[in-house]
Parts: sequence; structure tokens; C-alpha cells
Amino acid sequence: MSENIKKFMYLNRRAPYGTIYAWESLEVVLIGAAFDQDVSLAFLDDGVYQLVKGQDTSGVDMKNFSPTYQALGDYDVTKLYVEKESLEERGLTIDDLMPLTYEDEDDDWAEKDSIRLVSRAELADIMDDQDILFSF
Amino acid sequence: MKFAIQVNEGPYQHQATDSAYQFAKAALEAGHEIMRVFFYHDGVNNGTNLTTPPQDDRNIVKRWSELAKTHSLDLVVCVAAAQRRGIVDEGEMQRNGKDAQNIADGFRISGLGQLIEAGVQSDRLVVFGD
Repeated sequence: MSENIKKFMYLNRRAPYGTIYAWESLEVVLIGAAFDQDVSLAFLDDGVYQLVKGQDTSGVDMKNFSPTYQALGDYDVTKLYVEKESLEERGLTIDDLMPLTYEDEDDDWAEKDSIRLVSRAELADIMDDQDILFSF
Repeated sequence: MKFAIQVNEGPYQHQATDSAYQFAKAALEAGHEIMRVFFYHDGVNNGTNLTTPPQDDRNIVKRWSELAKTHSLDLVVCVAAAQRRGIVDEGEMQRNGKDAQNIADGFRISGLGQLIEAGVQSDRLVVFGD
């Protein structure tokens, strides 16, 4: 399959709870990781709430799936773009997000940040560079 | 051009499914190939044969079945999303101990890998949703 590697980007635009989009998007990411494609995730609009740390869903009887994001590095999903303006518009900073890391096999397994803060304009360029955009 | 289509919303509730159908029909009539239509989220409800819309309205499920028959379309319903929402075929009925099945003609239930594969193998993946 290596002769046919495409750039897959998953756009996450919605809050983690309230609708099922975020959770079912994550299910696609986990399955898709087995396909050896060039995968990245983007978090924008209310989607930035998906990565907020300290999520507690006990009051609404929903599964707290936020720990799953921490497993993405093990699936070789290591590019998580977070849109700066979306954070700012919601009074959030990168310090409000879960620390997400991966071990870089090309750099002696050094632990690196998966989250990359990008501007709206930068994200537009990154999106323009993709072959496949899944929007959730 | 070889297209793949993803439908993320349920029939009647949302226009995404109508738009997807009309796009698929127009693309086929223009000589393009639709290699797969993948139904996800509430889109899996496009694949239930228990749908009974009023007679003066379009029958969305039947419309897909007929398009699939005419053009040998591959209509795939995501198994994980289908299990949550009660879309069941013979195999799922037996595996999960249910007493009924409701998958519509021309649809099949399969995994999310079919969606990724559609992205890999098509020239364009077109997503219809909110």
C-alpha cells in the first residue's frame, strides 16, 4: 500500500458531548490508523473542547472518552493541529488542553508534543494540502 | 472520475442524504463512477427497510435501493454506528441475539475500514453532512 499513501485529515468541529460526532470521529481515526496513511487531526470551532483536560461526565451519564486521545500517539497519530483563534474565542489557552505526546521513533524515541498550535490561516493552508478531509 | 460518498445524517431529518443521492445520480448520469456510498452516524438510518414515508413524499430508502440495483452501487452501512441505532442484517441478528432484521435491499453492513479504503481508492471522497 506504500505506493498509495494519501494525506488524511480529520476535522473536529464540535463539542465532545451533546452529539455523537466527536466520539464516532475518534472511532474512524482509530480504525484508519491501521491503513498506513499520512494522518492528521484538526480541532477547530467547538472541537477544541474535545481536548480540554479534566473532563468529568459523571453528571450526564456519558462515557468520558477523552483518555482515548492520549492513546493516539501509540497509533502513530501524532499530528494534532489546534486552531489558535478557536481557543481564544472561547477563552481557552493551550494550558487548558490535555498534554498529548508521542514517542518519535526517528529521534531515539524522544517524547514530543502531538499538539501543534496553528493560526486559522495556517490551518487553511494545511487543509488545502490534504487529499482527504473528513469533517465531523 | 472515481467518487466515494459519505453520508453522515439521517433521512428526512436532514437534507444531506437527499443531496448525496442527487449528487450520486448526477455523477452516474454524467458517466462517472461511484465506487462506494458509506453511511455513518445517523446516516445508517438510510438503510432500514422499515421506513414508511407518506405516499406523497419521496421514499429515500427505496430510492437508494433502486439506484443501487440500476448501477450496481456498493451501499455500505457502518456496523458500529448501525449497532447503536438498530440497523440489523441477517448476520448481525444472529450475532447479537436479535429476533428481527431490517437492512434494506442493496445495502450491506460492514466496518469503518470500508470508509478508509474508499478514501484511498477513489479520486474524490465527498462528504455530505452537517
